[in-house]
Amino acid sequence: MTALLETRGLTRHFAMPRPSPFAPHQFLHAVDDVDLTIAAGEAVGLVGESGCGKSTLSRIVSRLLDPTGGELLLEGRRISDMPAARFARSAERRKIQMVFQDPTESLNPRFTVFNLIADPLRMLDPPSSAAELRRRVEEAATAVNLPLALLDRLPHQLSGGQKARVGIARALVVEPRLLVLDEPTSALDVSVQATVLQLLDRLRRERGIALLFVSHDLNVVRLLCSRIVVMYLGQIVESGPAQDVYAAPAHPYTRALISAIPTLRADRGERIKLEGDPQSPVSPPPHRCRFAGRCPIEQPLCTRTAPELRELDEGRRARCHFAGE
Amino acid sequence: MTPLMRDRLDTVRHVLFGNPLNLLAFGLFLLILLTALLAPALVPHDPLRTNAQSALQGPSARFWFGTDQLGRDIFSRVMVATRLDLLIAFGAVILSGMIGSLVGAMIGFWGGFWDGVVSRLVDVLMAFPLFVLAMALVAALGNTVVNVVYATAVVNLPFYIRLARGEMRVRRSLGYVEAARVGGSGDWRILTRFLMPAMAAPLVIQASVNLGWAVLNAAGLSFLGLGVRPPTPEWGIMVAEGARYISSGQWWVAVFPGLALMVTVFTFNLMGDALRDILDPRLRT
Amino acid sequence: MSTPVLSVRDLTVDFATRRGPVHVLDGVSFDVGAGEIMGIIGESGSGKSVTAYAVMGILEHAARIRSGEILFEGQDVLKMTRRRRDAWRGRDASIIFQNPRTALNPIRSVGAQIADVISRHAPAPAAEIRARTLEALRQVRIPDPERRLRAYPFELSGGLCQRIGIAIALACRPRLLIADEPTTGLDVTTQAVIMDLIRSLARERGLSVVLITHDLALASEYCDRLAIMHAGHVVEIAPTAELIARPHHPYAAKLLRSVPSLVDELSQLQAIEGSLPDLRRTDLPPCRFAERCERRTAACDAGRLRLEPVAGQPSRLLACRNPL
Repeated sequence: MTALLETRGLTRHFAMPRPSPFAPHQFLHAVDDVDLTIAAGEAVGLVGESGCGKSTLSRIVSRLLDPTGGELLLEGRRISDMPAARFARSAERRKIQMVFQDPTESLNPRFTVFNLIADPLRMLDPPSSAAELRRRVEEAATAVNLPLALLDRLPHQLSGGQKARVGIARALVVEPRLLVLDEPTSALDVSVQATVLQLLDRLRRERGIALLFVSHDLNVVRLLCSRIVVMYLGQIVESGPAQDVYAAPAHPYTRALISAIPTLRADRGERIKLEGDPQSPVSPPPHRCRFAGRCPIEQPLCTRTAPELRELDEGRRARCHFAGE
Repeated sequence: MTPLMRDRLDTVRHVLFGNPLNLLAFGLFLLILLTALLAPALVPHDPLRTNAQSALQGPSARFWFGTDQLGRDIFSRVMVATRLDLLIAFGAVILSGMIGSLVGAMIGFWGGFWDGVVSRLVDVLMAFPLFVLAMALVAALGNTVVNVVYATAVVNLPFYIRLARGEMRVRRSLGYVEAARVGGSGDWRILTRFLMPAMAAPLVIQASVNLGWAVLNAAGLSFLGLGVRPPTPEWGIMVAEGARYISSGQWWVAVFPGLALMVTVFTFNLMGDALRDILDPRLRT
Repeated sequence: MSTPVLSVRDLTVDFATRRGPVHVLDGVSFDVGAGEIMGIIGESGSGKSVTAYAVMGILEHAARIRSGEILFEGQDVLKMTRRRRDAWRGRDASIIFQNPRTALNPIRSVGAQIADVISRHAPAPAAEIRARTLEALRQVRIPDPERRLRAYPFELSGGLCQRIGIAIALACRPRLLIADEPTTGLDVTTQAVIMDLIRSLARERGLSVVLITHDLALASEYCDRLAIMHAGHVVEIAPTAELIARPHHPYAAKLLRSVPSLVDELSQLQAIEGSLPDLRRTDLPPCRFAERCERRTAACDAGRLRLEPVAGQPSRLLACRNPL
């Protein structure tokens, strides 16, 4: 069965400004050779810290950014070689929608809630009449538990949780197949976060919408997603079923990440401290592991050969010479 | 009434009645506007009528601001001049505002080659002392009122271009622009429907302060004999004509038009502050 | 019990706004002992940052302190003259902020910023100031301090900037450090390092720390005692382990159940119904959580609510008439 979304060798490099016209170009490897598959109705969590490339990847997947290499396939059809402007007008645009991190910044302060939700609908799936438009907007609002009375309000009159829900309603109204969520709950209070997470889960189950949930918070991702993908400096370093990765991480970075998260549980282990600064993402040397220099289990091999992403067991992969040890 | 309008009116009410200066600003502005509209119909004397016998008389019950060297009533002339001065100022500001903000928005949004070209042109324009540039333009284009408007507009363009460009560069990477792209909007729609209306506030504020400068500019040009010609009543000319009488003690000929200029510029500046209070979203609670 | 380093008593603060006064804090009281790490937990709008700024005396212009005392080692800070307060701030008590890069002056080198604080409170010849600046950098474990002296904030990572912030705050060896969401916005691996640093510095020097955060899990790892705030009220104060194991206040209990790291299934996560009351209202009920609370009784509306010790648990304070 064709996956809903697939990336093959997806790469995004940014050219850095050169000190002189004679110096060679340096490139920032924001995303390097990423293979990602998302099945219909699946919730995949994309985890990593700042600079790992997850935000860039999420924007490539939602076609806000063009890749510099590799391909992006939606339902088997390649969408990565179409220029972004043409994609925006195609029928495919509505199939991938995005929910943004900061609800305050991502809602146009001059539009009413009604218009915020209606605008993508008008552009991507224009309904036949004003009444039909209203019906669909109201349906999207109800689906996210947004009281219809709020439709006439302006964003600054809403609470954080309500704004987050408007962001979801707006993405939902065009009936997408894939929702890319870029840290949708990190700007929200924890009490509201629960509501939004449960809402997303319900929408996924009821409507079969796949979710690509980008976050730095492994705890949240573990609850919502069935699969986790961990990124570091532009590469996937680990992937697998969420519960397995959380319970028994194979890559040393994942282990350090999990141990660094404060938790109320009494059964947490010893914290793994990562010393040193991360390597630079600009022109990384191709023959060493990008985690070398910070890795607690580093061996001489790690600076001579870069590890490949290899399959460990069923569905689990890790990019480490000593994964799982 | 849309919610946006209702929200705005609320803010207006708070701003106007919260700060007496704002109320003063708008009051004065209304007064000046009314004067411009109604003065020609309501003034006690014909502003163009000369009368050698009443020349250079001080302020009196008959001639509230006194008379000038040709016996014309200064009060009537000052009041009637309001219309011309405001017309020139508004004309110049609207022209430069609209063209400047569109150009600035476009280069701010797309950047690239044209941004470089236009920005350098703006730099060149701003390297000149602006008043001298205005003078040069009027002299080159011809000594008419319309050319004063054009010259003032050209001289003001850089401010709007820069302002619009700056605002656009800040906003073009905002979250809701990305959201609009995902929602199927193309560049042009994002520019016109989302970003330019958001820029309106700082532009309007700039324009209101600019109005003060434009009035001064027009008056300054006509003071030097460019643009408006006598006997048309206009504050600049009147100050020019009256200047030579100050040393002989007939201060009223120059002072009253000067005061009118001062009050007008002051009002526009105050209004700029008041508008900023109303329109600046950061001040919203 | 020795005098607490910080004792906030019945602090009530309003903000004057265009649409009337906002009752941001109402009767906030808590103590911080010497060498203790106290956590103040609250969501947005709880007033936790306002409390911190009130203690440091850096509230914004629109803030009005209506009543209350802020006792630092027994002395009421609110009654100090402006000059004494300025001298006190930075020398006896310090604060570090969220978003370290923006809290630093972008156009001065970090070494200069540390030196500024030192020379303000303890003027000395330049060579000695430099030595003390380097010492401050070493204390926060910044490698290669001589080179970093001349660095500017934009050249440093978020974690390093926060360390500089800590260095500035601790340069004059204060007895109290207020940390207002010091790690929000930092990567979780960096967060762990920064919090460990703060904790070890506090233990080494007997420094009292007030950690302000919305992250209950973070606070539970590092704090000795927790104070939970809601809508300008302190609702419960207790030693960390006891509060986490057995919260008495309904809001505290709900807060614990909304933390993702504590549950195994999404369905076990609980949201908190309703939203914060509008703090501009003049008819706010005595308990500001009452309108969202299932345990509300008539007693809850009867008269002002105070933090009171719980029978049998001397170290726990509670402001609730129908606790769990």
